[in-house]
Amino acid sequence: MHLGMLLEMAADGMADRVALGPLASGLTFAELASRARRLGAALEALPGERVGLIDLNSPAVPLTLFGAAIAGKPFVPINYRLADPQLRAIVARTAPATIIVGEGVVERVGPVDGIEFLSRAEALALAEDPEGKEKDGWGGDAEDIAVLLFTSGTTGEPKAAVLRHSNLTEYIISTVEYAGSAEDEAAIVSVPPYHIAGISAVLSSTYSGRRVVQLEAFDPVAWVRTVREESITHAMVVPTMLGRILDIVESDGLGLPSLRSLSYGGGPMPLPVIERAVGLLPHVGFVNAYGLTETSSTIAVLGPDDHQAAFASDDPAVRARLASVGRPLPTLEVSIRDAAGIEVAVGERGEICVRGGQVSGEYLGRGTTLDSDGWFPTRDEGHLDEAGYLFVHGRLDDVIVRGGENLSPGEIEAVLLEHPGVLEAAVVGIPNKEWGEQVVAAVVTAAGVTEEDLKAHVRSRLRSSRTPDHIQFREELPFNESGKLLRRVLRTELSEAFT
Amino acid sequence: MSLVTKPGTRYRSVVDQTEVIVVKPASGPIDLRCGGHPMVSIGTEAPTGLTLDPAFSAGTPLGKRFADGETGIELLCTKGGAGSLSIGEVILSQKDAKPLPSSD
Repeated sequence: MHLGMLLEMAADGMADRVALGPLASGLTFAELASRARRLGAALEALPGERVGLIDLNSPAVPLTLFGAAIAGKPFVPINYRLADPQLRAIVARTAPATIIVGEGVVERVGPVDGIEFLSRAEALALAEDPEGKEKDGWGGDAEDIAVLLFTSGTTGEPKAAVLRHSNLTEYIISTVEYAGSAEDEAAIVSVPPYHIAGISAVLSSTYSGRRVVQLEAFDPVAWVRTVREESITHAMVVPTMLGRILDIVESDGLGLPSLRSLSYGGGPMPLPVIERAVGLLPHVGFVNAYGLTETSSTIAVLGPDDHQAAFASDDPAVRARLASVGRPLPTLEVSIRDAAGIEVAVGERGEICVRGGQVSGEYLGRGTTLDSDGWFPTRDEGHLDEAGYLFVHGRLDDVIVRGGENLSPGEIEAVLLEHPGVLEAAVVGIPNKEWGEQVVAAVVTAAGVTEEDLKAHVRSRLRSSRTPDHIQFREELPFNESGKLLRRVLRTELSEAFT
Repeated sequence: MSLVTKPGTRYRSVVDQTEVIVVKPASGPIDLRCGGHPMVSIGTEAPTGLTLDPAFSAGTPLGKRFADGETGIELLCTKGGAGSLSIGEVILSQKDAKPLPSSD
């Protein structure tokens, strides 16, 4: 199935429902589809084989996602928070393309071969132009690439995960009931458009007929205000967002009366935070979702009933499920495997492997990572309990997940080592209540190098979330006899030093 | 008339507006009908002059899924219509929605 068909079904069956924006003045599904078809016709004629987007959330995001699908070109949302040199490198890899950009992006990136820029305002004008031609149907078929998402890999070089129309639509039609949302439901979208959750939010809401209200970017005050003003019923947050939201709700005491469902994911949620959330928002159904970019979003969910059962239970095994990600979706298979690829017994840890139509496991230019039987090795460590609940223990590789964002230690180490005074550098994530993980560096330096020097050095080359929160100066780093860094030893030492 | 179904293939009714897409294919060729008449692939010529058989006119609602345990076929209605889906003369049953908690 094709993304163009999802939109067409929504427009056919729910034409007059508000799809995007405030109830009184938002776009209906019929208008959303009509504008996407106009933008699609324009994008088809514009240069390039792909359609990029470097911008905050706005109506241009769903319009470009669907418009690119209608034009038959992959949609490539790019992280606007990247430092300029990295942003330029990703843009170059997206060529040939037309890229829709927010303010200041053209100045940051500069001219790139094979790239044409279109401002957000220009894209929206094309979509709204009453004289504009609407494209009939859509370009390409279900096996074409719908979305390319750059992920943070262990090597530091971002990989472009390939999501085909068939992957995304399989996910949607197997997890979302068509027109299943009540007419008064509304979802707030505050995750960035370059995150898989930003893509799946648009698609799920469209297929279920749920109104979407966007925040340009997450801000806890604006989030709480918007939920109250727009009578938001559904939301998805990463752990760091939830703590900040709860701070506001707790201090003003006004609650979030319209909210019915709050889904969280994108990293391990500290148990104290979820206990606090349940206490402050007793009427809300909590959903913990686990998924990856490469699996078109969610592959396991811990639903509201699971949360209630776990909270109410005295059985330690049932209570422990609050820390699980729930059970795998019925439409896919999960297998926990050891390093040799053999499935392990219930309760034993191993690599989480997944198989199903929504699973892509493919990277542009690198091909598939699925094995010959179609299994995708997630590189996440986990185990299943007796009742089939999945527990995730973190990356098998050393990627740091800070506030829902995957950071590659190798990339930060490489930048530290660029500093003339740094002799050795290692970066690990240590547990942190607010961020899930914090970035900590251990360095061996020449005399006179300060912590502020190194932080400023990293900040100027990478974005601020990749700047180490703490830096430890050492005589030496722990290596084994073959010269391999003992990362686990280092992580333990740094955890003790900084938590 | 038998169709060999493949995931993603779309069919339309020849007597009403109904269109479907194959979610799961049948194990073998099937005689897929809507409104009492064989469905055709979208984009192919349809016979004309046929009318909806009243015995197969309970309707096919947009967005609903239909399945048949015997052949394994599963279809999603992408355009609703007045005809009922059947394999031969056996009407396909609508699949119960098993809603999952909203996670996005």
